[in-house]
Amino acid sequence: MNELVHGILSPQFFYSILRVTTPILFAALAALLSDVAGSTNIGIEGMMLMSAFWGVMVSAWTGSAWIGLLAGVTSSVLLSLALAYFYLNLKTDLVLAGIAFNIFSSGATVFLLYLFTGDKGSSSSLKSYVLPKIDIPLIKDIPVVGDILSGHHVLTYIAFISVFVVQYFIYKTPLGLRLRAVGENPDAAQSVGISVKKIRYISMLLSGLMAGFGGAFLSMGYVSWFARDMTNGRGFIGLAAQALGGHSAFGSMWGSLLFGLAEAASYTLQAIRIPSEFTNMLPFIFTIIALAIYARSKLLQIKKIKEEEKKA
Amino acid sequence: MRNKMVLFEVVRTALTIAIALLLGYLILIFATDDPNTAFKWFIYGPISRLRRFVELLNRATPLIFTGLAVSIVFQAEIFNIGAEGQLFFGAVAATFAALYFPQIPFLHVIIVLIFAMAAGGLWAAVPAYMKAKWNASELVSSLMMNYVAFYLGLYIINYHMRDVNAGFLVSYKFPRTAWLPRLLRRYNLYPGIFIALGFAILVWFFLYRTKYGYELRMVGKNKEFARFSGIKVENVIIYSQIISGMVAGLAGAVEIMGLYKRFVWQMTPGYGFDGIIVALLARNNPLAVIPAAFLVAYMRTGALIMGRMTGIAPEIVMMLQAIIILLITAEAFLSFWKKRIIEKAAMEQEEKK
Amino acid sequence: MKAIEMIDIVKVYPNGIVANKGVNFEVEEGEIHALVGENGAGKTTLMKILFGIEQPTSGEIRIFEKEVHIHSPHDAIAKGIGMVHQHFMLVPSFTVAENIVLGMEPKKGFSIDMDEAVKIVEEASKRYGLEVPPTERVLDLPVGIKQRIEILKALVRGAKILILDEPTAVLTPQETEELFVALKNLAKKGMTIIFISHKLKEVKEISDRVTVLRDGKTMGTFLTKDVSEEDISRLMVGRDVELVIERPEPKPGKIVLEVKNLNYFREDGVQVLKNVSFALREGEILGVAGVEGNGQRELVEILTGLRFGAIGSVRLLGEEILGYDAYTLRRKKIAHIPEDRVEKGAALKASIAENLISDRYYKEPFSKRLLLFPRKVIEYAKKAIKDFSIKTDSPLTPVGMLSGGNMQKVVVAREFTAGAKLLIADQPTRGIDVGSTEFVRKELIKVRDEGVAVLLVSADLQEILQLSDRIIVMYKGEIVGYFDKNEGLTEEELGYYMLGVKRHDENKIKEAFAL
Repeated sequence: MNELVHGILSPQFFYSILRVTTPILFAALAALLSDVAGSTNIGIEGMMLMSAFWGVMVSAWTGSAWIGLLAGVTSSVLLSLALAYFYLNLKTDLVLAGIAFNIFSSGATVFLLYLFTGDKGSSSSLKSYVLPKIDIPLIKDIPVVGDILSGHHVLTYIAFISVFVVQYFIYKTPLGLRLRAVGENPDAAQSVGISVKKIRYISMLLSGLMAGFGGAFLSMGYVSWFARDMTNGRGFIGLAAQALGGHSAFGSMWGSLLFGLAEAASYTLQAIRIPSEFTNMLPFIFTIIALAIYARSKLLQIKKIKEEEKKA
Repeated sequence: MRNKMVLFEVVRTALTIAIALLLGYLILIFATDDPNTAFKWFIYGPISRLRRFVELLNRATPLIFTGLAVSIVFQAEIFNIGAEGQLFFGAVAATFAALYFPQIPFLHVIIVLIFAMAAGGLWAAVPAYMKAKWNASELVSSLMMNYVAFYLGLYIINYHMRDVNAGFLVSYKFPRTAWLPRLLRRYNLYPGIFIALGFAILVWFFLYRTKYGYELRMVGKNKEFARFSGIKVENVIIYSQIISGMVAGLAGAVEIMGLYKRFVWQMTPGYGFDGIIVALLARNNPLAVIPAAFLVAYMRTGALIMGRMTGIAPEIVMMLQAIIILLITAEAFLSFWKKRIIEKAAMEQEEKK
Repeated sequence: MKAIEMIDIVKVYPNGIVANKGVNFEVEEGEIHALVGENGAGKTTLMKILFGIEQPTSGEIRIFEKEVHIHSPHDAIAKGIGMVHQHFMLVPSFTVAENIVLGMEPKKGFSIDMDEAVKIVEEASKRYGLEVPPTERVLDLPVGIKQRIEILKALVRGAKILILDEPTAVLTPQETEELFVALKNLAKKGMTIIFISHKLKEVKEISDRVTVLRDGKTMGTFLTKDVSEEDISRLMVGRDVELVIERPEPKPGKIVLEVKNLNYFREDGVQVLKNVSFALREGEILGVAGVEGNGQRELVEILTGLRFGAIGSVRLLGEEILGYDAYTLRRKKIAHIPEDRVEKGAALKASIAENLISDRYYKEPFSKRLLLFPRKVIEYAKKAIKDFSIKTDSPLTPVGMLSGGNMQKVVVAREFTAGAKLLIADQPTRGIDVGSTEFVRKELIKVRDEGVAVLLVSADLQEILQLSDRIIVMYKGEIVGYFDKNEGLTEEELGYYMLGVKRHDENKIKEAFAL
């Protein structure tokens, strides 16, 4: 028990929250950017997986982590455009198409991994590269705070900066206004000559971009190899985090941090010899409970307003 | 005109499968120097030997169950895609019942199956309840339940029922009273396929010949209409998912009772997601689930045999399955043809007036 | 110069309905041109084609004497066409200014220049005499203002041709007058205006020329001053309209429905029903008049168990039923023709037969214990199809393949045969052709004479006056007028109550409850 308390109160624990939050936050922003324009991107999981795979492969081939990142993100964006094509041009059901893309990515990455390395489980035989960690001057020297905030992976910083960029984009720019218009009332957007299809393509592309960063982080930062199905539900958890946060990037961030906390806690529990099969389950149970509480509070909120009105 | 529409769906499905196969061939050209041999094994493998055909039958069995399970929820327009978790947890519950219940012949099998159904139903009930009661998205919660089923199941098996002498991470072997018996001496054929066929008929009867099936279908066709007509929509949302979960629960249990006689999975077998493809191919019709499951099982078996014979990763089949889902659900795929049929019929009727 | 020429336009919808069968339509620059026809005649489809929302199956379009292909509203706007839709195309959570500049936002750096946007709106608003509050959210604004926003949306985009699709359907007679003044002003400034309507009085008042459509075909174009309302209506329906529906004296019996002090607050906190009280007897029709959005929808949904949380009392044959769900109320013999047949009244993907039994599938002969008997269902459906003259070749046809009128007949066939004590008919003839309308209205009188209590909610004042034995008028969630018989009552008079200009005193309104 002592060990547990000690583990949770250490700066390393808070540092690890930010670390494990990173991929979830990217996934949540990906979910947000598609949801704002009214489309649910279930395919985030597969896009992240694809990006994680190509990031590792291309970095190993070229010897550059940055080119790897570019390749990973590009693969994810291409996948998101393909999803948009099926959804918008061929009128495929978006949820089913998303599921199909996840199945596709899961199969394609293993197939290609085996083709390229002869191994089906992971790319550990390959020498791939990781993106750098960054120390923030001044902040890194502050005790405790420096240990928590400084020395993170470059994509971790990009993730948190993206929160502000995305929020500004959605609420202050013309394109953001159009995205929201398409999401709230596509007919209204169409009536002023906005192409709903084009806007949804853009939103899906941006969503793929975010998912790509999240995937690249997993294989080129979080660890330094690709493993079969290594996203392990993070894309879905990102969807849940966004659902809790509504149409706000900050909401998505708080939601993601909540799940990051659950995941970090589960690692701490493993350190005190609680079976990993058991602790691995916790973030998912946590997600279900959070969803239930959120949905319930939304219902109660409506009821409460009504009751107050009745009294008045 | 209705006949023409049926023909349209048949042609569309056939063309989808043909495109998927063609794509598979193209991938093989990139992946191997001898794509023809590989493709031959993929297409011809499952019927090349009786043993392989039996393999095909056994592989179709769980897919029929999951295909039925998914069809039930899809008919109600509910996106509970938790069949994977339901079947995994169903198999864990079956393992428990097989190992710890009295070994009475025949009855034991029934108890094990009931346990599997109960566990699957319970697993489906969680997203169902959350949806009906608080309007929480069943899509996300059922996906999360898949992971919980997987980790919790592994924990239970690996820490409480593991056979330490086996050399693998597997459970103790089931007592004989909990086996589905072998039907042929030389081939590993077990009666699972017949149970699955029985369930296909049962589910068809439920959907089209009972009033609960009618309620379920009307909720699927238009929820507001159903509520307006005096159907208790919340109840339907719950029972349709529980029934679906019960059927899915059987998929895992029947397979381990027949094929392995113990719990053997350290990864989820993927039948739940295959069930989505089966249901889509079958247009959610329980009887059409049978050929659809055979088709998907055929592709899976073919890919495995190809893998064994040529060393190509059988995961290639997942890509083909994804293509099938995409094209089957793509409304606009071949829609120009459908449009022509409708336009022609409409203009003909106009002229008749 | 000719502003618009549409030549031989044919449109077949994906569900097989042929909406336009070779329509020809011409508009001169600077005129107000009325496009009339009964519901389902193809007016809206024709205009959707002109605005690029729908693509014609075949035909040719010329704008200002140049042949064009309009693939999207974007194309249409670029060619100087603006459209004000029947259902407003506004983003509710956006402000007025955001709605108007959407798609042509003024920029400052990367951001939207909101000050500039407000200025654009204010200037346009002044120039065209259409007053709107630029910084308020659209959600909270009244219908009349929403319509002005829609018109401004088109004008700031440089529209030279303005299409208005049934603009007066949601307006009171008085708001309509204001709109007409604005439109005449615009026409004076050289704007070409297409005015879609089936209200002939308005057509006579506002238009220079009129084109009549019937059943997807053009019946002719005329100078409005040369034709009478009767002439136009004959062309619209192909025969002299039977304006009077036989309504024998009602023989009211005992009280079926008593609503007392009903109050309701919507989710957003707005009170939409205020102390509503009325009673209804068997064998009579009580009409509920009012501009849409004055609480009628909520009232109907509360009475039929589709909306909860109201306070007050609702008694059915003496039993308190407030808060019961549709499941229970259906079993207590309340039938309901809903306002929206596509959303609630029918499952479009289900067959006619399946639609006809949705409230009685659990009863014999359709089912027994668990089992359902499809053959019995189909037998029953065949009979209903004949009795209600639903045009189809099979009871297995999906309802979505039927025309609007036939779809409504399926709904009506179910609700009229439900054996109800109370029938709530909400906009029972909206959007259907004259033949079906007449049929439904006659059936309503018939069930009344069979002793059913009928609550008729309608925005169609003609319908209210034709069918109702007594009338209540709703305005902002309150009953503001009560007429215990409708002799000598005119649409204009009702209009004053609907708008809140006139109002009966408390005692008169109380009579609606005290029978």
